[in-house]
Amino acid sequence: MNRFPFSAIVAQDEMKQALLLAAVDPAIGGVMVFGDRGTGKSTAARALAAILPPITAVEGCRFGCAPQDAGTCPDPCTSKRTAKRAVPFVDLPLGATEDRVIGALDLERALRSGEKRFEPGLLAKAHRGFLYIDEINLLEDHLVDLLLDVAASGENLVEREGLSVRHKAKFVLIGSGNPEEGELRPQLLDRFGLSVEVRTPQTLDARVEIMRRCASHERDAAAFCEEWAPADAKIVRRIARGRARLPEVETPDEVLYDASRLCMACRADGLRGELTLMRAARALAALEGAKTVQRKHVIAVAPMALRHRLRRDVLDETGSTTRIERAVVEVFG
Amino acid sequence: MTAPPAPPAAEDAALALRAFALWPAGFGGLWLRGPGPARDALVERLGSAVRLRRMPAHIDSERLHGGIDLASSLAAGRSVARTGFLDEARGSVVVAPLAERITPALAGSVAQALDQAEPAARFGLVLLDDAAERDEAPPPSLTERLAFACDLGEASPAGFTQADLPEPITSPAEIPACSAEGLEALAMVSLALGVDSGRALRFAALTAGASAHLAGRKVVNESDLAVAARLVLAPRATRLPPPPPDSEEAPPPPPPPPPPEGEPDNPGDENREDSGTPDPDQLIEAAAAAIPPGLLEAIAAGRTRRGSGSGGGARHLSPLRGRPLAARQGLPRGGARLALIDTLRAAVPWQALRREPGVTRSGLRIMKDDVRVRRYEARSASVTIFAVDASGSAAFARLAEAKGAVELLLAQAYVKRTEVALVAFRGSEAQLLLPPTRSLTRARRALTELPGGGGTPLASGLSLVCTLGTGLLRRGYTPLLVVLTDGRGNIALDGSTNRAAATEDAAKAARAIAAARLSGVVIDISPRPRPEAAAIAAAMQARYLPLPQASAKTLSKVIGALT
Repeated sequence: MNRFPFSAIVAQDEMKQALLLAAVDPAIGGVMVFGDRGTGKSTAARALAAILPPITAVEGCRFGCAPQDAGTCPDPCTSKRTAKRAVPFVDLPLGATEDRVIGALDLERALRSGEKRFEPGLLAKAHRGFLYIDEINLLEDHLVDLLLDVAASGENLVEREGLSVRHKAKFVLIGSGNPEEGELRPQLLDRFGLSVEVRTPQTLDARVEIMRRCASHERDAAAFCEEWAPADAKIVRRIARGRARLPEVETPDEVLYDASRLCMACRADGLRGELTLMRAARALAALEGAKTVQRKHVIAVAPMALRHRLRRDVLDETGSTTRIERAVVEVFG
Repeated sequence: MTAPPAPPAAEDAALALRAFALWPAGFGGLWLRGPGPARDALVERLGSAVRLRRMPAHIDSERLHGGIDLASSLAAGRSVARTGFLDEARGSVVVAPLAERITPALAGSVAQALDQAEPAARFGLVLLDDAAERDEAPPPSLTERLAFACDLGEASPAGFTQADLPEPITSPAEIPACSAEGLEALAMVSLALGVDSGRALRFAALTAGASAHLAGRKVVNESDLAVAARLVLAPRATRLPPPPPDSEEAPPPPPPPPPPEGEPDNPGDENREDSGTPDPDQLIEAAAAAIPPGLLEAIAAGRTRRGSGSGGGARHLSPLRGRPLAARQGLPRGGARLALIDTLRAAVPWQALRREPGVTRSGLRIMKDDVRVRRYEARSASVTIFAVDASGSAAFARLAEAKGAVELLLAQAYVKRTEVALVAFRGSEAQLLLPPTRSLTRARRALTELPGGGGTPLASGLSLVCTLGTGLLRRGYTPLLVVLTDGRGNIALDGSTNRAAATEDAAKAARAIAAARLSGVVIDISPRPRPEAAAIAAAMQARYLPLPQASAKTLSKVIGALT
């Protein structure tokens, strides 16, 4: 499959940056992308998943167990051999039922042979990869709750129909939606690590470039992907280096104070804001090859880490990005 | 894309048909509005060239995605798999009748199938949209992915029965590419019309190439660019282009308002003049002329915005939530869940009879008729429809209070699971300012744009609310009408200023609301309550609340108590 290459996406730097940070440190907790249709949201998410190096898993395991976790899944997997598989990318359709998402009793076996067997759902499939939900604001609320819960805990716990099953489900959750078509509840929004706003570029050159690249990709996808392969490979190396460096990145106390002051200045609710801000800043430092987190890293990730956590004021129309920028100036001058 | 699609002239629709037939998977599909012989002729003509498959709007998710066929599996005693509709449809063209009734859930699955990376794995989609009302439209997630939108209501079928369909291309490389100048010209048109989707840009470039290919040319010329601007960009316009700086003639009616945001590029850039071939100004003009009249009005009134679609659209009742009811016979599909215990209970008494002599088979014999599913009684989502009297007679401050109440209610919408719609009546007739939404962003914008003053077309307001309410009722919502007025209408339904006729019309409209069994409340906002508003409430069979001192807070409290 020759998907549109990640590096060939025109502009949309903030979205690409957020996805890279989430790839370096999945613990950041997912990315929410706000924007109109046709701004390349799903293209970017898919493209990133497609370029990441394949993962190693126990051969034939229905839950994608990593070799060191072999046998911990409900089956449990017994094979001693391992196999490479592509980084999972699950595109959750809007109409998905709870059964399909979390998994359910294997009906066929239950009815025919009376065997109680768990049929894994999309959450198991997304383990160690990405779970993408388009139009998350139109998804039934109880499903969104459930997804965020699993994304945060990294484990899917099923207690229904006489089944009692738990399995690992660690994935980067990527949601997208258009705020004009209904909002996400603030409590849910808060649980996304990062949020970005995308818009189709408003300059002539960028638009011409979009058309040109789409056309060349359409005409000869293989050649187009070949052309962008070196740029994609560079991104893969950056992510790999970032992941390797992440545990060593130091966080000086004064940067922690910086983050707290910033959160207080823009009145971001809850502790989650500060934690995500620091995580994202660390991931950025790792991605850029810095040994310690610096103030500039905090400032760079502040909009995407805090934008969706500002207290909403019905009467204040100032965009949240502007409010954060104001707070940055206020705190750091 | 928001408002109804462009009705390009019938030739343009025929052109769209021919381009689509050239490469169905590349162009995504056609959105055809307006039932009639022309549309039937178009679909029939298309069917003679490509394989068509019909997708009923009520298709369930099992049929869509395939999987284990439970009924056949039980009968056969082994698992029988069934291919899903989306897989079967690959490489063909799917025709979706009653497209305006497609649920967002179904649309989501179909949109995923349209997004497949390999063109061979995709299918073309033809949406047959029979929507009569303005607020009904197929889900935007689908219309966005289709290159062309055509209004065929008044077209003649002849143009399609004789349409000369091209041979489908074998490789996308057969379609000529646009020159750099051509792409630049299309980009300018997209900026001038406020078309912001990357897909639209892609479709535009592809359409220009297809137009050249259909004309038997290898080079894309200006007429091809004009075709792309007309067919793809014009129906997606969200604003009117600024008038060309050097134009001496009157701009097209109605006068284009200034673009809502800073326009980075001046379409009349002098550097372009000598580059020759495509003239962006002319292209923009051609595209602007092709904007369908309905959309033109909407833009002029500032009613279209980027991305504002039909919102959540119709939401079907969930078989998964609510108060549990007794299990009932049926197969677990469409999200309904199997009631295992009840199924076993139904099967057990028959085991002795079902045992075939001489055959030993472990396990229960369960037949299709034994299978039970759980049922829940779901409460439908409620929509509060505000009808606000914004006339001169309703004090100006009142309007501000009403706006405040709507915002406060919306701020709690996620708790109460309600949506809000807003109708304002002033001047000569009522307007739907805000279709049902949960979005604070949209509501706030609609409210800031709500002007006050003028006559009181109460009858028009009530009848609009009635239409909206019955439509919502039909789609499974529970509407609640909140009418804020002093009850003194002075504009009759036909627009004339005649107090007697206006009062009579208003009473008629109010009785229609009662007949439609819409529940509501009339809030009298005049400083000294008089009998008119109470009479309206009585005719509506609605509650009457005189609130001379209403503030935003008390209003929202009162309404909150009712919902």
